[in-house]
Amino acid sequence: MSNLLLLSIFVLIPLVMLLGLWAARTLNQVRGVMVAGSTALLIHAVYLTFAFLAAREGGNTDVMLFHDCVEWFPALHINYEVGVDGISVVMLLLSAVIVFTGTFASWKLQPLTKEYFLWFTLLSMGVFGFFITIDMFAMFMFYEIALIPMYLLIGVWGSGRKEYSAMKLTLMLMGGSAFLMMGIFGIFFGAGGNTMNILHIANHTGGATAIPLAQQCIWFPMAFVGFGVLGALFPFHTWSPDGHASAPTAVSMLHAGVLMKLGGYGCFRIAMYLLPDAAQELGWIFLILTGISVVYGAFSACVQTDLKYINAYSSVSHCGLVLFAILMLTKTSCTGAVLQMLSHGLMTALFFALIGMIYGRTHTRDIRELSGLMRIMPFLAVCYVIAGLANLGLPGLSGFVAEMTIFVGSFENTDTFHRVLTIAACTSIVITAVYILRLVGKILYGTCTNKHHLELTDATWDERFAVICLILAVAGLGMAPLWVSNVITDGVAPIVDHIQAAAHHVSTCNPFM
Amino acid sequence: MDYSQFLGMREELSLLAVILLTFLIDLFVSSEKKAENCGNECSLEGRPCARMMWLTRVPIVLMLVHTVFNLLPCGAANEATWTSLFGGMYLHTEMMTLIKSVLNVGALIVMVMATPYLMRKENHIKAGEFHSLLLFTLLGMYFMISAGHFLMFFIGLELASIPMAALISFNKGCQKSGEAGAKFILLALFSSGLMLYGISLLYGACGTLYFGQMAAALSAPNLISILGLVLVISGLGFKISMVPFHLWTADTYEGAPTPVTAFLSVLSKGAAAFTLMVILTKVFSVGPFVEYWDTALQLLIVLSITVANLFAIRQNNLKRFMAFSAISQAGYLVLGILGGTAEGMEALVFYLAVYTFANLGAFAIIHEVEHHSGKVGISDYNGLYTTNPYMAFCMTICLFSLAGIPPFAGFFSKFFIFMAAFKAGFEVTVFIALVNTVISLYYYLLIVKAMYINKNEQPIARFNANISSTVAIVLCVILTMFFGVFSAPFNFLSYFGFGI
Repeated sequence: MSNLLLLSIFVLIPLVMLLGLWAARTLNQVRGVMVAGSTALLIHAVYLTFAFLAAREGGNTDVMLFHDCVEWFPALHINYEVGVDGISVVMLLLSAVIVFTGTFASWKLQPLTKEYFLWFTLLSMGVFGFFITIDMFAMFMFYEIALIPMYLLIGVWGSGRKEYSAMKLTLMLMGGSAFLMMGIFGIFFGAGGNTMNILHIANHTGGATAIPLAQQCIWFPMAFVGFGVLGALFPFHTWSPDGHASAPTAVSMLHAGVLMKLGGYGCFRIAMYLLPDAAQELGWIFLILTGISVVYGAFSACVQTDLKYINAYSSVSHCGLVLFAILMLTKTSCTGAVLQMLSHGLMTALFFALIGMIYGRTHTRDIRELSGLMRIMPFLAVCYVIAGLANLGLPGLSGFVAEMTIFVGSFENTDTFHRVLTIAACTSIVITAVYILRLVGKILYGTCTNKHHLELTDATWDERFAVICLILAVAGLGMAPLWVSNVITDGVAPIVDHIQAAAHHVSTCNPFM
Repeated sequence: MDYSQFLGMREELSLLAVILLTFLIDLFVSSEKKAENCGNECSLEGRPCARMMWLTRVPIVLMLVHTVFNLLPCGAANEATWTSLFGGMYLHTEMMTLIKSVLNVGALIVMVMATPYLMRKENHIKAGEFHSLLLFTLLGMYFMISAGHFLMFFIGLELASIPMAALISFNKGCQKSGEAGAKFILLALFSSGLMLYGISLLYGACGTLYFGQMAAALSAPNLISILGLVLVISGLGFKISMVPFHLWTADTYEGAPTPVTAFLSVLSKGAAAFTLMVILTKVFSVGPFVEYWDTALQLLIVLSITVANLFAIRQNNLKRFMAFSAISQAGYLVLGILGGTAEGMEALVFYLAVYTFANLGAFAIIHEVEHHSGKVGISDYNGLYTTNPYMAFCMTICLFSLAGIPPFAGFFSKFFIFMAAFKAGFEVTVFIALVNTVISLYYYLLIVKAMYINKNEQPIARFNANISSTVAIVLCVILTMFFGVFSAPFNFLSYFGFGI
């Protein structure tokens, strides 16, 4: 199989699924297409992981494996260029798992099931495309493809203030991508305007030249904020709680599980990798902002009463931790950042799936009206406890591995500024424990006060299947993290080395140093 | 005289042939069947009578032949040279063939889309004129684009404006249509007058009106030549309908028959924008002048995009809404002119092509819905998806393309035009334009929201789209979907390097 095809299959399968959905006439056909397609994606993602490991075993030391390039717009130096490193491989795996389980989580969705899955598939196509390409134009294109279906998915199938939330989310993210586009232009022309390939720009090969520091300092904030909006960077996170609260279950899963990871991935891969000097120079500003995200998100989650809002704010906190970790710029912390993306993706998807299932039965998400669910729906309740424990970082589950790596890595920085921030961010673990444990105690234990809730049933087979898949992944990541973290470090190391090598100075404008 | 020069004008000649044939058909078919009252025979659903078949289908076929004939490139690749014919009156490069082809395709789509409109009983008597008038404006645009002399340019401009006024007031009994036509012609004449004054000032400054000679004569800016430049830009700004010359747009668009609105919103704009680029880069090509018109254009662009976006949000009539959307799109189009670079020119032509498909597609749908239900309000579109899913879906694609959402062609054209302007060094303008794309996304999404999300007690009833409208819509949607992702069209454009 040629490299081009090997990676492009991630985009081709969703394309075929779109055609299949278009042709599908009955509900069962729609479901059949979705199950077949998402299974194929999952199998292919697993296959790619093993192929990647095999190639590394075989002594291939290229930064990007399975690299291939097709000319697209030669006059503008735009190519369709694919390639994966350790980070993209695990991200692809994560996306495939979430799409697969998301399909099952929206098994009974009504009405307009076919249209729902059409947009859902388009979104996943954007996500996969973003992770396989290494050409800035193609990345940006897939990034936007992933954003826009969100509007209709929330607007049509959502609940609550869905129209407001959908519009707010779309406009804020698109506003971010306006900044991002400026950043991309700045990088492209700053590097001589001869190549859109990120490897070429980073290594000054293929006609690219070094970008002067003065220019980097203009484009870095633009590119970082552009992706940071999607990564829930404070103060641009406000779309996230509203959007998540209004979205249907599987969309929340996909959004928190995968889409928000695009932000962190993009910040790392484009903003920091391509503008390393500015990342060192101005990183401290964003480090403070992400520190605020982490702590503020956790505190906000404490005072919410809607299950989805709690989880959305918890996502702000955890995604903030991703950006926080990559800005700390040590290999350990960056590996932790990618682990956190994985871990947060899986456990948030699990959380949203469970919340959706509980909401589907009780028709309320207000924690003041829920209690004693453990008796009524034991399966869902036990899974909810597991998700909660993963969220607060219990050893043996994925959250612990990720957060531990991040905080250890961050503490490797020896100066006071970084260490104080690390300690401040660490407090989020405690706050997370507060709201998770309180929540679990409130809604799962005790006696059920609502008579209608006593008659509710436990999970059906499709729900159990989705949830068990996710729990297995969360537990697997928690118990055998080395297997994944080796792949990740393999991808992270060259980028961190590059950023550290590029900077001969530590930030000159940081007043806290 | 060297008659082989006429070969260089093959687009104009073949279009003229199409116009004359259209005329003749009208003449012969009408005289034969004048007395015959085709009455209900030509009702919407029934089979049209022979006369209407001739009058509506044959010009379309002729136009199709003309379009295909001109799409075949006959110049050598990378022919960047400008040939000047008839002593410099007429200029020609491969790029002009391409822009004319874009206009041809646009005109063809409008003609196809107008068929159900012409089939209406009240339009039978004048159906023949519609195509002739339409094609005459197109011929005017051709001459405007290829002009090498201000006189030629002005004749082209007038030929493109005056039949237009007749088309705008084509709904004879309708007061709004008449009012729109009057508004258009009055303001068009006013702007023509201004421009003529500008041209006469330029003549005073240079002593010639040939583009080539003027460029040499205009070495240093002085008050007269700058005033001339400003007046010429304002005259063309009126045709492109840029803020602050846009005041006629909304009323005219609302009053004109929908196919004419579609024509007006795409072709007039595109031709004028391209001509503006040719004039600015050919005549005012000296350094200081470039700075003057760059500044002026930046101001116009920022104003057009911002003001039109803010006004578009408040509209409830879809045709008025599209008018403001078109004004802001014109702002993006003119971004390609900034700096007068070859990249900008390519991006402009590509943008125009993509904008043509998306905008005509949207208008074809508006026209079809209006034709069947008589409704053009945005709130009337509430719940359209439940009754006419395919219409709503096609409309969504066209609107997404206009908003610049991938994978539709609009994303690519916007990206390229921003890239060209950025490369030419107008970062701030590009940034303002980019922020405005977010505002424009908001109002395009309002329509999408109306169609998909809003509830409606009495949505537009389900209808079976007319065959010719369906052809127009499907063609537009397919082109919108694939014109960007498949890079062949753009690569074809850039393959013919363009001399500026």
